[in-house]
Amino acid sequence: MISRFFHQLGSPRYFYRFSGRLIPWLAVPCAVLMLAGLYQGLVVAPPDYQQGESYRIMFVHVPSAWMSLFIYIVMAAAGAIALIWHMKLAEVIAISSAHIGASFTFLALITGSIWGKPMWGTWWVWDARLTSELILLFLYLGVIALHNAIDDKRTAARATAILSIVGVVNIPIIHYSVEWWNTLHQGPTVTKFDAPSIDIRMLIPLLLMAVAFKLYYAVVVLMRARCELLERERNTQWVTELVESK
Amino acid sequence: MNEFFHMGGYAFYVWSSYAIALIVLVLNVVVPLRNRRRLLAAIARRARRT
Amino acid sequence: MNSASSSTAFLLLLRRDLVLAFRRRAELMNPLLFFVLVTALFPLGIGTSPELLKAVGQGVIWVAALLASLLSLESVFRSDFEDGSLEQFLLSAHPVTILVLAKVLAHWLVTGLPLLIIVPLLGVLLDLPGDSIKVLMLTLALGTPVLSLIGAIGVALTVGLRRGGMILSLLVLPLYVPVLIFAANAVETAAAGLPITAHLSMLGGLLVLALSLSPLATAAALRVSLS
Repeated sequence: MISRFFHQLGSPRYFYRFSGRLIPWLAVPCAVLMLAGLYQGLVVAPPDYQQGESYRIMFVHVPSAWMSLFIYIVMAAAGAIALIWHMKLAEVIAISSAHIGASFTFLALITGSIWGKPMWGTWWVWDARLTSELILLFLYLGVIALHNAIDDKRTAARATAILSIVGVVNIPIIHYSVEWWNTLHQGPTVTKFDAPSIDIRMLIPLLLMAVAFKLYYAVVVLMRARCELLERERNTQWVTELVESK
Repeated sequence: MNEFFHMGGYAFYVWSSYAIALIVLVLNVVVPLRNRRRLLAAIARRARRT
Repeated sequence: MNSASSSTAFLLLLRRDLVLAFRRRAELMNPLLFFVLVTALFPLGIGTSPELLKAVGQGVIWVAALLASLLSLESVFRSDFEDGSLEQFLLSAHPVTILVLAKVLAHWLVTGLPLLIIVPLLGVLLDLPGDSIKVLMLTLALGTPVLSLIGAIGVALTVGLRRGGMILSLLVLPLYVPVLIFAANAVETAAAGLPITAHLSMLGGLLVLALSLSPLATAAALRVSLS
């Protein structure tokens, strides 16, 4: 029963229909959670005793930073599935994730930099997390550039899958090397970011936003994957039927 | 209310972060929607021609 | 197919690549020249005060070496791809990983090793003390093979593309970061008179990891690029 479901899901036509129905069911909870998280984060949560109100940037910065890493892992996993089982669906999920992951990484970098301005006095500090986030952005851009450079979509998908798996092996190494390099080069300014114990009224909006971002990713990755599928399958019968039925 | 928008003097930093986040999130939704509409239109045009 | 025949294949391919490289030795000078030129540009750009050069010298040499090795990377598979012999390697009975290792080793011997040898000269140009030059050579000896191994993956992915060069650097440079960090820090630490065994073990660890994983990824990438 379950295996049959996955087998069907692997067929582009079924996936297109199924995901079309699924998206509203994900989008509504996502919007509700995001609004609740914003309300809790911007209104209910008390100001930080050290950073005042500026810490509220955390409620977008931290979830985006989590997502940037999470999406890279999803992308590599989808890439591995695409390499091993030649599943078209995994291929489109992987490349769709690359674009969304890059945008979250960008968001984490920008908000981190804006947060850093009042905290450190400059827009950019070669802080361990910002630096590894920057390298992560380059990894994403490399994946996207490689995908754009190869004309044949299936070859492109397999090549980017290999690249993202290589990236996933490298991310921990990059992260620890940067962290280690950072502790050698500057004092513990970093600790400003991680509060030793977080107030429950700050933790709740953070978690709400984190879950909302996960749902948001699910929604937009499905939307993008649907587009990719339509484009790849534009010459097949089901797409023609779909267009004619409109 | 005014105090809320003032953000204890950090208004610029907080609200610009949230604004950029909003732009990125909205773009991620709008781009696939627009692509899908264009794609469907292109496929329909070609189907009519043949 | 037994292991003896695979090691023969490894040696044969290594010899073939070395002979080919030797026949085009004028071309081999280019990355070397690039390395020297980039390093020579820095004093012109940032000023020639000895203290400044001492402070940034090792880092400059490492970054220049990294760029030079990036520049020469494409030649690992390019000519074999163009004349079709790469396809023959993939069809041969030997494990592709072994052949990849042979090609990368040959490439490092003709492009990485010369960088190492020329470093003392550059060290003199940048007014580095003798000890720093020694450590610099040690880190380059451990680090540049890692660069070649990681780079081989990138080249294998882009070899079929018409304008692969720019994308290659985009793919490969972020992956070079750990090597650069450990190596440049080792030189800096040594200059401060502290022990650098930790840095060297890290670099050694990276080398072992790259040696074991990169041929697998490169072989897979070559199969994709040639499909």
